[in-house]
Amino acid sequence: MSRISGWREAIADYGIYIGFIGLIIALSLITDRFLTVRNLLNVAEQASLISIVGIGMTAVILMGEIDLSVGSVVALSGVVTAGSLTGGFGMPLSILIGLGVGAALGLVNGFITVYGEIPSFIVTLGMLSVAKGLTLLYTGGEPIWGFGEAFEFIGGGKVLGIPLPVIIAAVLYILTLIVLNWTQIGRYIYAIGGNQRAVRLAGVKVERLKTAVFGLSGFFAAASGIILASRLASAQPTAGSGWELDAIAAVVLGGTSLYGGEGGLAGTLIGALIFSVINNGMILTGIPTFFQYVVKGGIIILALLLDKKLRQS
Amino acid sequence: MSEAPAEEEAKTESVNEENGQLVRMDGITKRFGGLTALNEVDLAINDSEVVGLVGDNGAGKSTLINVLAGALEQTSGNIFYKGKKVEINAPEDAKDLGIETVYQDLALADNLDVAGNLFLGREISNYSFGPLRFLAKNKMNEKAEEVLDVLNINFDTMKAKVRNLSGGQRQAIAVARSIYTDPDLVILDEPTAALAVEESERVLELINDLRDEGIAVIFISHTLQEVFNVADRIVILNQGNKVGDMKPEETNIDEVVKLMIGGRYENDEPN
Repeated sequence: MSRISGWREAIADYGIYIGFIGLIIALSLITDRFLTVRNLLNVAEQASLISIVGIGMTAVILMGEIDLSVGSVVALSGVVTAGSLTGGFGMPLSILIGLGVGAALGLVNGFITVYGEIPSFIVTLGMLSVAKGLTLLYTGGEPIWGFGEAFEFIGGGKVLGIPLPVIIAAVLYILTLIVLNWTQIGRYIYAIGGNQRAVRLAGVKVERLKTAVFGLSGFFAAASGIILASRLASAQPTAGSGWELDAIAAVVLGGTSLYGGEGGLAGTLIGALIFSVINNGMILTGIPTFFQYVVKGGIIILALLLDKKLRQS
Repeated sequence: MSEAPAEEEAKTESVNEENGQLVRMDGITKRFGGLTALNEVDLAINDSEVVGLVGDNGAGKSTLINVLAGALEQTSGNIFYKGKKVEINAPEDAKDLGIETVYQDLALADNLDVAGNLFLGREISNYSFGPLRFLAKNKMNEKAEEVLDVLNINFDTMKAKVRNLSGGQRQAIAVARSIYTDPDLVILDEPTAALAVEESERVLELINDLRDEGIAVIFISHTLQEVFNVADRIVILNQGNKVGDMKPEETNIDEVVKLMIGGRYENDEPN
């Protein structure tokens, strides 16, 4: 029994990587426009913004919670940064304000979830609407633009031929991966997802840590929103709409359990890349774009179904 | 309820004021809304003493030890530790004093490995960067192996997630975790309830070992034979009241059972 279940578990654990490699091989064979440096960088750039949101989402989901507000936080942080910038606050301060707004909304999510003992599903759903409303109030529904080259370099620039958003995402991934896997805080995030009561009884300030992780999720969403505004050279009040689902999809496809405690950041990165590769592949092979919603949804459901079947024995 | 004052008189006799008293819980009352889970319960534990806490379901055993362990706060009553009045408002307060608890559900994080659970909340770290304390994973694995060796429990690997381990192994991890910090008192909440006979024997041996090491033990059990075999003193709760506090040699299983289930048993003199 243990040999078979071990074998099944291995597939469940590493299936995502096998699928990713298979997808790349298949697309390379189908079209010779896929496996070029230029196209792969394009894929990576497409994936970078959702992956950054996915970092915070992974940490939140590892604790057995969820953050549905990230899409709205992307928009709000983007317009607040843009507004500060065009209002003459200067770039560093404007970015700090944007990141601060995201982190603050995240902390509010965490605070209400943890101390109000309300499911994060509901709290962050409410915040999704609140942040969306604040964005529209702040902008009057109009985009904000006219940032200057320095700010637009963040989302549109390249360093050594690599798009800056990809570099930023890579750095954030490496840092968070280290925290999750090799530090006490990371250990507690996993342990909370496994048995929150046990962690509390072990004397850990669970409430504070959980609140902070929600704040981190808001922070990463804000970072993504600022890069997006920079890349588009304008902050759109509707930016990031629906990104919470894309981020959750990447996390879940990446093998992180929605019940918490299992999975990790490497999977999320692959999950985000898979969606980006699929989009790219459909464009390259001429499949209508609207079809990608169907494919995306289908993949998530199938992947979870397969995962569940493989882990039952 | 009408005869509660009579019981109170009986209880006070058992409060031990001699030297070597480790913990004294004085008049502990705990209410959950309208329900009185504990009614003015006194409990004293001496150094290196093994106290068996017995009672029917709902008698208040778990509530009492949860108050001592800091998992619940009493509605009223005082706790004295080594003669000093102490406030135990959180699990870490109890730990700081030297009181460790092994909960009935063991409070293990099933998704972590053996060392991860053994060192939960007190991870070993070689260096830190700001708020980030980096884990010394190898060191924790080695230490975990040492500690579990002492308990004579063998694990094939320290890397196994504890959800994949047997009931006895899981119990061993929880007990090992509790004694790792050299506590004065270990509270065991039904340590043998989920175990096979052989594994239960081992836990009882372990309780004797703890006493030999100078560690006091409070343990809850539904198996009275176990309690009579191991305990130096038996404390009986019934519907939130303490109805008995006696040495095993001064009583017998029948009497204890009567006290446990008696509606209002007449002869509840502890001596």
